[in-house]
Amino acid sequence: MKTTSIIGKLISHREWLLGGLIILMLVGVGSAAPFFVGTANLAEVFDDTAILIMLACAQMLVILTRCIDLSVASNLAFTGMCVALFNVAYPETSALVTVVMSIGIGLMLGAFNGLLVWLVGIPSIVVTLGTMSAYRGFVFLLSDGEWVNAHEMTPQFLALPRAAFLDVTVLSWIAIALTLVMFVFTRFTKTGLSIFAVGGNPKAAVYSGLDVGKHQFITFCISGAVAGLCGYLWVSRYAVAYVEVALAFELQVVAACVIGGISIAGGIGSIWGAVLGAIFLGLIKNALPVIGISPFWQLAISGLVIVLAVIVNSRSEKRGGRRILREAHQ
Amino acid sequence: MDRPVLELRNISKTFPGVKALDGVELQLYPGQVTALIGENGAGKSTLVKVLTGIYTPDGGDILINDEPVRMQAATDAKRHGISAIHQEAVMFDELSVTQNIFINNQNRNRFGLLDWPLMRRRARTLLEYLDVNIDPDLPLRELSVAHKHLVSFASALSINSNIVIMDEPTASLSHHEIQELYRLVRRLRDEGKAILFISHKFDEIFEICDRYTVFRDGQFVGAGEINDVTQDDLVAMMVGRTVKQIYPKIEAEIGEPVMTVEGLCHPTEFADIDFELRRGEILGFYGLVGAGRSEVMQALFGLTPTSAGSIILNDKPFNPRTPGDAVDQGLVYVPEDRQHQGAILSLPIFQNITLPQLGGLSRSGFIDMAREFDVARQYATRLQLKAASLSENVENLSGGNQQKVVIGKWLATNPNVIIVDEPTKGIDIGSKAAVHKFMGELVAQGLSVIMVSSELPEVMGMSDRIIVMHEGRIAARFDRDEMTAEAIVTAATGA
Repeated sequence: MKTTSIIGKLISHREWLLGGLIILMLVGVGSAAPFFVGTANLAEVFDDTAILIMLACAQMLVILTRCIDLSVASNLAFTGMCVALFNVAYPETSALVTVVMSIGIGLMLGAFNGLLVWLVGIPSIVVTLGTMSAYRGFVFLLSDGEWVNAHEMTPQFLALPRAAFLDVTVLSWIAIALTLVMFVFTRFTKTGLSIFAVGGNPKAAVYSGLDVGKHQFITFCISGAVAGLCGYLWVSRYAVAYVEVALAFELQVVAACVIGGISIAGGIGSIWGAVLGAIFLGLIKNALPVIGISPFWQLAISGLVIVLAVIVNSRSEKRGGRRILREAHQ
Repeated sequence: MDRPVLELRNISKTFPGVKALDGVELQLYPGQVTALIGENGAGKSTLVKVLTGIYTPDGGDILINDEPVRMQAATDAKRHGISAIHQEAVMFDELSVTQNIFINNQNRNRFGLLDWPLMRRRARTLLEYLDVNIDPDLPLRELSVAHKHLVSFASALSINSNIVIMDEPTASLSHHEIQELYRLVRRLRDEGKAILFISHKFDEIFEICDRYTVFRDGQFVGAGEINDVTQDDLVAMMVGRTVKQIYPKIEAEIGEPVMTVEGLCHPTEFADIDFELRRGEILGFYGLVGAGRSEVMQALFGLTPTSAGSIILNDKPFNPRTPGDAVDQGLVYVPEDRQHQGAILSLPIFQNITLPQLGGLSRSGFIDMAREFDVARQYATRLQLKAASLSENVENLSGGNQQKVVIGKWLATNPNVIIVDEPTKGIDIGSKAAVHKFMGELVAQGLSVIMVSSELPEVMGMSDRIIVMHEGRIAARFDRDEMTAEAIVTAATGA
């Protein structure tokens, strides 16, 4: 049996390492600005990060299958514009219908990506780079470049994400619920396990009777549906819909996954990693201004952390080669 | 005699340019271990893939208990009670032992979710049955090769199959582990399972198999009871053909040594490699797939670092750290995988040929395209390359012509040692002959060639001397006048 040192174990459980880093950051910022670590403020930071958390969880599934979905932010903007315009046209529609509609629209856009990857066999980075522009373009076509402002939206449309339950916003509760659902999905369903398998070793997956392309398709559908839901939540939380909503946000989503230890090479990662990666980025964004660091540093710091995360991951993922010689000790 | 539980009739499978299986047949009987024997490329692995639903045969029938069945995906094989332990570890390093065992065969609890506690218990029971002490929660990557193999056994057994295929199951096991494996195979046999046992090792075939089936070049050669044959009979069936085919062996003047390799070692891939290569010689390297031949060649070319040993090339110590060093000192390597390691398919022929010597063809950092074309034209003529124009992309050429481009690319650097790894793999007969003829011309011009080949007729037809490797070591050496197919195969299989 191998004995593993505590440090080694910590590094092998990247989630713990990242969790420790987050606590360290909270302690550091808290000692400089105690109000930052108050419950109310932390709840606010979480609320601000909720959408990133959800998108990162969905993106994680895509990355696990050795794909990437760069179209999530454009999908979010398009779906957000759709439901905002719908709300203007049919103000009496209930918020629940809006939620279902946003999930449906997002799902369709995601499924389109997935079909191109699965049946046409185009690399996902190319497919989603294309649909990233296309979906963003649709927002313009749909809105003629006009904004949909707060006063045009109905109170019910705007109220849902902000409503609070136990001092925590519904938006945050949705993120928590989605995280739990994703956890159960990845750990306790056949499809969830298969997603790890097809990304970890596609060849072995075929030998085990798992369809690689189909599982990639499924992850694109999930990523699209979550992006659609976030489209509504984003537009109603910020009370405005326009072409540039969440512009370049996909990069933060992918960054959250990478920081959370999800391997771009596929097959390695956990929901907790994605969630912690997103929270880490959310904390940097909210904490730096508090301790008087310019927002430009924020970009530099998150960039450095991403590079560091990739280095740490690539070291721990080194795999041994084929061994031809008989081992001496056997 | 019982009825066979599985019967293949007239199964064929063709890949572009290769007839991998040509009307083969096979019968498996319950409670019997059947050995499937054949050289590299005889079609054994293709047959396993047909039986497990990875490949769909072009023609022929698969009968299970006299019923014809169709097999189109791995799940079909499982449904028909066929499970396989594959030669390569086709498993998931990042998943746990339990997850690997039940990857496509899970138990669910009453909520419809995966029941990990139950599967963990079942995994423990299966591993106990296999007499092995592995924690079912460990990630697979932390296990030794032998233990990984046993996990794939457990996975095969988790499906209650009555047909078990084992593709070279002892390849990565130690002596003790092999004995354990034999015990297990006997136990499965006594439980009435039909076992297909693929192996190169005659000692184990005679130890645990009841029947045999021999393939050669994708064709069925013979089958019967193992007690009715001797090892020599089986070897004769495996290689049974006239080797002196159409190999255009040009008698070249063999001169003084060009390269001397002594005690070359690698931590895990090969050890104690000694040989001498002489001017004007074709030195053949034969062995089973995975015997470590390519790894040695890659070390000579500076792709893999070595742990010990010395190389003298052209009377100078040679210690290549990168392929660039090797090329500078006159040694080049034409890799096995033409499409991935050899040619850049999307570039035109002339750029492929001049790629390794762009420095010499440039003036102040800019490439002199006229000279580039001159060099390319010169080698294309020498190689009798068949292409509409030198600006054509390599991907549009036939396999044989692609190989010529790759060889031409290295010749343009004026080497004196050229290593070719499986030079005619997957190319048509006509191009094969052209590549062979060309190798003869190279040595006639005073070059030295090392040819790694898994094709016995090719290696015997072309080589002046043959080195046979087995499990990372040199198993035997033969001069041209003492080569026999039987002796070479025996050395390669370690029998």
